[in-house]
Amino acid sequence: MADTHGAVAEHNPNLRHHFDDMEQQFDSATLGMWVFLLTEIMFFGGMFCAYMIYRSTYPGAFASTSAHMNPLWGATNTAVLIVSSLSMALAVRAARLGQQKALQLLLLVTIFFGLCFLGVKAIEYHEHWVDNKVPLIAGHWDYSNTEESPNQAQYAKQAQILFCFYFFMTGFHAVHMIVGVVLMLTIFMMARKGKFNSTYFTPVEISGLYWHFVDIVWIFLFPLLYLIGRTKKLI
Amino acid sequence: MSTVLQDPQTVETPNYLNAEYGWKSWLFTKDHKRIAILYIISITVMFVLGGIFAGLIRVELLTPQGDLVNSDTYNKFFTMHGIIMVFFFLIPSIPATLGNFFVPMMIGAKDLAFPRINLLSWYIYIVGAAFALTAIVMGGVDTGWTFYTPFSSTFSNTFVITAACGVFIAGFSSILTGLNFIVTIHKMRAPGMTWGRLPLFVWANYATSLIQVLGTPVVAITLALVGLERAFHIGIFDPAIGGDPILFQHMFWFYSHPAVYIMILPGMGVISELVSCFSRKAVFGYSFVAASSIGIAVIGFLVWGHHMFVTGMSMYASLYFSLLSFLVAVPSAIKVFNWTATMFRGSISYDTPMLYAFGFIGLFTIGGLTGLFLATLAVDVHVTDTYFVVAHFHYVMVGGMVLAYMGGLHFWWPKITGRLYPEGWAKFSALLVFVGFNLTFFPQFIAGYLGQPRRYHAYAPEFQVYNVMSTAGASVLAVGYIIPFIYFMWSLKFGPIAGNNPWKAKGLEWETTSPPPTYNFETPPIVTEEAYAYAAHKEDHGG
Repeated sequence: MADTHGAVAEHNPNLRHHFDDMEQQFDSATLGMWVFLLTEIMFFGGMFCAYMIYRSTYPGAFASTSAHMNPLWGATNTAVLIVSSLSMALAVRAARLGQQKALQLLLLVTIFFGLCFLGVKAIEYHEHWVDNKVPLIAGHWDYSNTEESPNQAQYAKQAQILFCFYFFMTGFHAVHMIVGVVLMLTIFMMARKGKFNSTYFTPVEISGLYWHFVDIVWIFLFPLLYLIGRTKKLI
Repeated sequence: MSTVLQDPQTVETPNYLNAEYGWKSWLFTKDHKRIAILYIISITVMFVLGGIFAGLIRVELLTPQGDLVNSDTYNKFFTMHGIIMVFFFLIPSIPATLGNFFVPMMIGAKDLAFPRINLLSWYIYIVGAAFALTAIVMGGVDTGWTFYTPFSSTFSNTFVITAACGVFIAGFSSILTGLNFIVTIHKMRAPGMTWGRLPLFVWANYATSLIQVLGTPVVAITLALVGLERAFHIGIFDPAIGGDPILFQHMFWFYSHPAVYIMILPGMGVISELVSCFSRKAVFGYSFVAASSIGIAVIGFLVWGHHMFVTGMSMYASLYFSLLSFLVAVPSAIKVFNWTATMFRGSISYDTPMLYAFGFIGLFTIGGLTGLFLATLAVDVHVTDTYFVVAHFHYVMVGGMVLAYMGGLHFWWPKITGRLYPEGWAKFSALLVFVGFNLTFFPQFIAGYLGQPRRYHAYAPEFQVYNVMSTAGASVLAVGYIIPFIYFMWSLKFGPIAGNNPWKAKGLEWETTSPPPTYNFETPPIVTEEAYAYAAHKEDHGG
C-alpha cells in the first residue's frame, strides 16, 4: 500500500499543500480517524461504565427489565450490521483496487443495511411505546404485574434506570448510525463523480473505520441490553 | 543563522498577516497562525467576561453582610465565573492559541495536519460560547461549574441545559484541537526532528492532547446525561428511582481532574522554553522533563477521587486516591527542580517573559504543595469547601497557567506580530500581576484554614480583614491585566520592528521571518541539533 502511494507522489492533484507526499497524507488521515474513534470509545465508555455499576447494584431489576426487550429484533439488527460491515470492507477493497462500479454498488448495499437497522430500531421503539415501557415520557410507563411477568412490580423503580440506559445508549448509537448513513451517502456521491482511484481513496478508508466502530458498539449493546437474565429460562 | 538584532527594512516581507485582507480572509482561513489569532481574540473576550464576574464576587465579599446581591445572584456569579474561566478561557488558553501557532512551527511543519478541522474547532468553540452567553443573558446558572446532581438535574430553576450544551459543544472544539496536535506531532515533523529533539513545549502539548482526547468525551456524555435527565425529568442519576448522584461526581471528575492538567501542562511547556532561553542553557534533564509531562497526563487520570473525600466514598478508595494524588506531585516536582537546575550557573536575563516564569515557578510551587495538604485525607476533611481550596486552585490556575500564558504571549509576541512591546511597562505590569495575585489569594489560604466556607455571599465578621485584602489585590491584578492589553494594542501599530529573533532564542520558530510567511518557512527546515543547543551556540561564538 505504501509503495503505491509513494510512486505517484509527485503530481497527484489530491495531495494537499501542507503534506510532503500521499503516504504522509494517508497516514495522517488514518491516524486522525483512529484518535477520533478513541474519543468515541471514551464517550460510549462513560455509559458502559455507569451501566456496569448499576447492573451490579440491581441485578434482579436489570434481568427483569431485559425480558421486555425483543431479542429477535436485536439479533436481526446484529446480523444486519455484521453484513453491512462486510459490504463496507469490500467497498474499501474495491476502492483500493480502483473498481468504480463495485465501489458504488457496495456503498449502496452498506447504506441499505444501515437504513434497515434504523427501521428495525424504529419498530422496536414503537413497541416499547405501545407497551408503556418509556419512562422518559409521562404516562407511558407501566410496570405493574402481568400474567407473563407476575413478579415484576417489585422492580418498578430500578427498571426505569435500565430503560433510561436503553434509550440513551441505543439513541446515541442510532445518532451515530444516522451520521454514518449520511457519511456513506456523501462518499457514494463522491464515488459517482469519480473522485477516487487506486492512489486516492482516503475518505472511503476512514469512513469505513467509522462504520466498523459503530457496528462494534452495537455488538456490545446487544448482549448487555437484550440477553441478560435469560440464562435461567434456558436452564 | 542570522544574528541580526534589528531588522532595518521598513518594507514588510510577505507574511501570514499581509497575505490576504478582509474579514473573509480571517473567518475562512485555514492557516493555523490566523486561527490562533482568532482564538486569542475569543478567549480574551471570555477572560474579560469571566473577570467581570470575579470582580462582582470580590465586591460583594468586601463586607460580611450580603448587601450587594442576594444569595441566588451570588450563586450565579461564581457559577458563571467558573464556567467561563474553566471551559472557555483556561482549557483553550495555551493549546488553542500559542500551541496552535507554534506547535507546527516548532516541528518544522507547514501547518497542522487538518487545517479545516482546526478552523472547525474554532467555530465549534464560538457556538459553545454562544450557548454559554445565552445562558447568562437569559438569567444565568447557579449550580457551580461542577453541575452536581441532583441539584443540577432536578432542583435548580436556572438555565442548566443551555449552559451544559455550551460546555458539551466547546468540549468538541477541545477534542479536535487535541486530535490535530497528536496527528501533527506524529506525522508532520521535519527531517531530523526526532522525538528526542522536540521542544518541551511540544511535549507538553502532546501530553495535553492525550488528556483532551481521552477525557473530554467522558464529561461530554456526563453532561449530556444530566441534560437528558433535566429534559425528561428522569435519568440514571435520579435518586428517586435508585440512581446514584455520586456516580455523576465520579464521571464528572474523571474528566475534570485531568482537565486541571489540561490547564497547567501547556503552561509548564511555556516555562521550559522561557527558562532555557533566558538562562542561555539547555533545559536540565530534558528527557525527565519530557517524560514528566506524559507522567502527569497518565497519573492525572487516576486521582479524580480526591475531589470526593467527604462524599461518603469508600475509605479504601479514598486511601488509593490519596496515595496517587501524592504520586502525581512527583513529575510536577521534577519539572520545578529541573527548571531551577537549568537556571543554576546560567546567564540569566530579567526580561519580561522571564519575570513571568519566575512568578510561575514560585506560585505553582505554592499551589502544588497546598495540593498535597488537600490530598491528605484528614487535612482535607478540615479544609474541604473552604477558601483554602479556592486559594489552592487559583495558585495553580492563575498563578500557574495565566502567568505562563502571559509569559508566553510576551515571549512570542515579536514573532506573532513582528513588533516589540514596551519593555518598561511590561516589567511594571508583570510586577503588578505578581503582587496583586498574591494579595488576592494568599489571605484566602488563611481565611479558609480558619474556616471561611466557599460559595457563600455572606460570612462571619472576623474574616473581613482577609476579604478586604483579597478585594484590594483583585483590583491591583485587574490593572496588571489591563496595562498589557493596552501596550499590546499599541505595539501592533507603534511597536519597534522586532526582527527575526529578538531574544536570540533557539528553536525552529525563531529561524523564520517575523511575522512568519503563510507556510512558515521559505525552505523546509532540516534539524541537525538537539533542542536548546545554547551551549553549542556559545562555543560557536565564544570559543
